[in-house]
Amino acid sequence: MKKSQRLRWQAGAIMTSALLGVAACSSSGSSSSSSNSSSSSNAALTASAPGITPTTITIGSHQPLTGPAAPGYSEIAPAATAYFDYVNANGGIYGRKIVYKYLDDGYDPTKTASVVRQLALQDNIYALFNGLGTPTHLAAVSFLNSEKIPDVFVASGCECWNAPSTYPETFGWQLDYISEGKILGQYIKQHYAGKKIGYFYQNDEFGQDGVKGLDDEIPASMVVSKQSYVPTNVNVGPAVAALRASGAQVVVSFSIPAFTALLKLTSLKLGFSPTLVVSDVGSDPITLGGLLEAFAKQAGATVNGNQLTNGIITDAYLPALSASDSWYVLFKKIHDQYEPKAPLDGNFFYGMSVAYTFVQAMFKAGRNPTRADLTNAIQGGLPQGPMVAPFAYSSTNHLGVTGAYMGVIQNGVVVQQGSVLTTDTTATGPITTYTGSEEQAPASGIPSASS
Amino acid sequence: MQTLPRRLAVAIIVAVVVVFLSIKLNAFRDYQIAEIAVEVTAVAGITVLTGLSGQISLGNAAFMAIGAYTTALVLLHLNWPFYLVLVIAAAVTAVAGAIVGIAAARLHGPYLAGATLLLGVALPSVALAYPGIFGGEQGLNVTFTTPAFLGVNFPPTRWQAWVTAAVALIVLVLLANLTHSRIGRNWRAVRDNEVAAALDGINVAAARVRAFVVSAASAGLAGALLAIITGTVAPGGFTLTLSIALLTAAVIGGLGSLPGALWGSLVIVLVPTYVTDVATSHGLSSTVGANIPVAAYGVVLILVMLVFPHGIQGGLLRLISAFLGTNQKSRTGRTAPPPHVTPSADQAPASQHEKEGSS
Repeated sequence: MKKSQRLRWQAGAIMTSALLGVAACSSSGSSSSSSNSSSSSNAALTASAPGITPTTITIGSHQPLTGPAAPGYSEIAPAATAYFDYVNANGGIYGRKIVYKYLDDGYDPTKTASVVRQLALQDNIYALFNGLGTPTHLAAVSFLNSEKIPDVFVASGCECWNAPSTYPETFGWQLDYISEGKILGQYIKQHYAGKKIGYFYQNDEFGQDGVKGLDDEIPASMVVSKQSYVPTNVNVGPAVAALRASGAQVVVSFSIPAFTALLKLTSLKLGFSPTLVVSDVGSDPITLGGLLEAFAKQAGATVNGNQLTNGIITDAYLPALSASDSWYVLFKKIHDQYEPKAPLDGNFFYGMSVAYTFVQAMFKAGRNPTRADLTNAIQGGLPQGPMVAPFAYSSTNHLGVTGAYMGVIQNGVVVQQGSVLTTDTTATGPITTYTGSEEQAPASGIPSASS
Repeated sequence: MQTLPRRLAVAIIVAVVVVFLSIKLNAFRDYQIAEIAVEVTAVAGITVLTGLSGQISLGNAAFMAIGAYTTALVLLHLNWPFYLVLVIAAAVTAVAGAIVGIAAARLHGPYLAGATLLLGVALPSVALAYPGIFGGEQGLNVTFTTPAFLGVNFPPTRWQAWVTAAVALIVLVLLANLTHSRIGRNWRAVRDNEVAAALDGINVAAARVRAFVVSAASAGLAGALLAIITGTVAPGGFTLTLSIALLTAAVIGGLGSLPGALWGSLVIVLVPTYVTDVATSHGLSSTVGANIPVAAYGVVLILVMLVFPHGIQGGLLRLISAFLGTNQKSRTGRTAPPPHVTPSADQAPASQHEKEGSS
């Protein structure tokens, strides 16, 4: 079954490329004079921009493949690569194959500055794609913009990527932390009226933006304690003890997965069991369950990860990992074919989804795109693809997706609660219910060139 | 002394080579030249501190951070010309080095390592504690522009390579003169035998503090250069790993030898990039490839220590003297100080043995 499918794809790919080849031959004489006519469906493929050849599109990224942020996040780039491999095997982007070169920066900004220069100046990438981390990417953003290299779909929800006048080449992708904080805050205000609320957050742009959003929605009178941590210090005991002492009944956490796990385990140890509300960044049930089991094992205890994550409230901007979802079916198929050894968790889903958005943008940029064609295509707006809410992209807004749904973790899966909510980053911007329907995954698994 | 003209001549030759390379090579190689120059400046500081005065520091990344943040803050708030900023960065770090040095002068061996380790771990957290001034985890942006007289199309990385290489060479020349002056002789005397040095009338504590100040100023300059070439200053760039990498570079190159600082820096900067390229071009996935440089680093370190116990510079000198015969003794003695921390009595039999074997 699988084999015949692969054969069919291969046959399809060969036919497509043969057709393109014929088309290219037949039109090469006429269209070479007007090489900018990217809309023409039979224009020859040219080296229209740095990093683009008639057969390839080279893009690059900086990723934490080693170091403190590697657990979980190192799965994202291989997942994106799997999706690109799938697109390449099925006709590519107008016949060009995507070459994705991602280098390790170990989550160290100095190394980020170095590897991004390597990608830009030596490997001559067309665009930087999905560079991961706020402090790391900040070490690259000025350079990329001064070199006029598209800096698309940064893997960080920092509001700082939304600066079209200073950073015209840079685009966010995931839900920004302020909007996320507002959506979580509204849920808390509505569902836990009269309860005592405690905050637990990472003391950097990520956590502070999240707190800003929470404070926009939760009345200050409800908040009894705000505790922060830094990722380099794993001793969260004092912070958790302070939350416990404040009598918090609900703890809302803007934390990376490892610190969500530490919060949960330390609370257990102190006999403290508040309702946990965790940001999407730190709540992927599979990653979190694994970490809980690993940390408990280090301390000589055995716990059931799924049991401990049960009941955690969170939000999500990607569809749930459920067999009834068309995107899950598509991504699982690609996972099983190209990267079967990787865990099929939220990080993998993230990598696939962001790669899907990139392929959409490249199709929209045209057959022979310049670098400006890509940024213009994104600024013109993109279909939401796997995301549950629309993108905000315009010439004045470079943030990514605008909304998420609330959910509760049950048996290792986020179960949606209520509808998708959208909002913006302003303190007064309303939170509205998104009425549009979600997109279904295309049967081919590849966004169509016309969309 | 005629050594000063000779050192200046060597520095000018190296400068010409750097300018030539920076024009011939691509923009990324120019950036690597700048990275190497930054590394050399910092490692030269360690060479003086550990190789000559016999003190160990696991906190030089913190001094680099002080230099880098000083640069970022002065450029941000005062917008002074960069050469002035470099001087200020070096001065501020020298003061910090003096304070640490006064405390460190009372400590020895593992206690000193522990105290400087504390500095290296704790100082970057100051940036997190005062996000209003230091920008917290995301740090500060640094703008460093190419001067107008070079034209708009002049590659920025080439200008960065020139500036960093010039500073590195000036630092090396100054340090070379310092180490061959009375101050440097006092350091070696203190390193080899404190009691004997004190009996000879050397103020041991003052000599040790002086070494700390010089080492910190070099690290501060390196931090300032790093800030202007990367365009950002963030606590994540000045971790303990960097302090250890600096020490490793000094050991690989040849502890106590300034040319060794260059060899060590070349290894530290170029090996990871080269190994990653080889790993990915041989079809290893990036995830596996990412861990290869760490392994290669370890292998290089072990190999150098086995083959060249006195570092690359020590090894080169031995190879040269073996090649040219035995009459080079005076020459090698002059070009480099003893490339090791231990008393020089250790080396004499080894090099003699080498010469006997070769002749």
